[in-house]
Amino acid sequence: MLELKDVSVIFNQGTSLEKRALDEVSVHIPEGQFVTVLGSNGAGKSTFFNVITGAAPAAEGTIVLDGQDITAQKEHVRSRSIGRLFQNPEHGTAPHLTVEENLALAYSRSRGPFSRAIRKEEQALFREKLKTLDMGLEDRLKTPIGLLSGGQRQAVALMMAVLNPPKLLLLDEHTAALDPKSARKILEITNDLVRREHMTALMITHNMTDGLTNGDRLLIFNDGKITQDFSGEGKKKLKPADLLDFYEV
Amino acid sequence: MSTGVIIRAVELGLIFSVLSLGEYITVKVMDSPDLTVDGSFVTGGCTAAMLTLAGFPNLGLAAAFVAGLLCGCVTAFLQTKMKIQGLLAGILTMTALYSVNLRIMQGAPNVSLYAVPKPTILNNPATVLYVLIAIVALIALLMYAFFKTNLGLMLRAAGDNEEMIRSSSVNVDSMKFLGFALSNGLVALSGALLVQFQKFADVTGGTGMLVLGLAGIIIGEAVFRRSGIGFGLAASITGAILYRLLYTLALQLGFPATDMNLVSAVLVAVTISIPHLQKLKKKRGSHA
Repeated sequence: MLELKDVSVIFNQGTSLEKRALDEVSVHIPEGQFVTVLGSNGAGKSTFFNVITGAAPAAEGTIVLDGQDITAQKEHVRSRSIGRLFQNPEHGTAPHLTVEENLALAYSRSRGPFSRAIRKEEQALFREKLKTLDMGLEDRLKTPIGLLSGGQRQAVALMMAVLNPPKLLLLDEHTAALDPKSARKILEITNDLVRREHMTALMITHNMTDGLTNGDRLLIFNDGKITQDFSGEGKKKLKPADLLDFYEV
Repeated sequence: MSTGVIIRAVELGLIFSVLSLGEYITVKVMDSPDLTVDGSFVTGGCTAAMLTLAGFPNLGLAAAFVAGLLCGCVTAFLQTKMKIQGLLAGILTMTALYSVNLRIMQGAPNVSLYAVPKPTILNNPATVLYVLIAIVALIALLMYAFFKTNLGLMLRAAGDNEEMIRSSSVNVDSMKFLGFALSNGLVALSGALLVQFQKFADVTGGTGMLVLGLAGIIIGEAVFRRSGIGFGLAASITGAILYRLLYTLALQLGFPATDMNLVSAVLVAVTISIPHLQKLKKKRGSHA
């Protein structure tokens, strides 16, 4: 599904400040796998996501998504098949647009640029989808999304990312800015959606317990490399305390 | 004020409401005021004037709109492809347009349309009000419908949260081209209508147009106090007409017309700073 081969990202290449943010990373992620990604600050987790979406150019190596080499593709072309959620809920939604307009932005585009973005059908669909979140959002379709709480906004952003299921879903610490209760709720919804839609998903987190209790596989980044890779039984046996040893300080 | 004076003010207000509607796209939807306006307003006027003189008044209006689209594209090109900062891009286009506008009018700084081969749609004083109402209503309806389409939604989102749109599969640069082009197309159309209405085109007629259109939007917002595209469009139209009525009143009271740019600028500056001043006041209140 997603295959990185010897991918490097180099900042300030050719200067004295040269830094290999990603250093010849190779990894294969099969379809339907839910992978959690851990690592200390500056270990390369976000750069890993950025090089997949095209926000950071790969200096070396190739990236193949669903059989297609996307290494040279532009960011906005790749984002047709890659959904991404950020830490800041404000990042993923347009505040002055209503909840339904934000959802339509993600959902209705395929019908062509000049067709009406929100018809009765879309409204019904959005209402039904939001109802599954159990947050009362189905009654707030006409509310400008900037008036919602961070957790509610992130829930809508998550819904936007999966309305047209992307080939790959990237979650970049998407619960880190929320209060504990909202964070738990969003994580719950994330698991539900990823399982229900059989999505291939990667989730960066700083919370070791979250990294262990979610997903089928765990990658740990250190200094631009993937230093640990656990899945199946190996992952289940891990304890948060074990993980600390894998962090370089 | 006599009824005749008021009606004439409303007619001019309707013409300038097209300007405000155009600026609504850049100022409100895209959140990036565009100085091209001071040039493209005249470009529209000059284009319409020359075609009206040649016997094609209606084609003149259409051509003015297209000319405005092109002006907007130039600014968008400078901003997106040449990475020139937004306001400067607009100033560059505006400056260049001064020369272009003179070229369009074949070197003449102004042109009179009192003797034209074919009458314009704004020629008959008995019908001009209705013609203008129809034009403005049509433009507002088309804009409303457009902003509810997928493309319109993308344009709005690009102005609302550019970063989000950048990481989605929408090409932000194309949105800028679209927004600036449509905006300046309407601005140029407004300039063209004014020229046909006044039967006179002047190459310096664009000075202060950005602020004038902005004043219309701001007055309308103060009246409506509601958000949403429908209210925004209605506010731009109402505000432009109200502004023109106030302007006429000021003239009747004996203010010289040359003071009006000062009045518009002060009005816009004060209105925009009101929320900030209120915040300051509150802060001071809480410290006391």
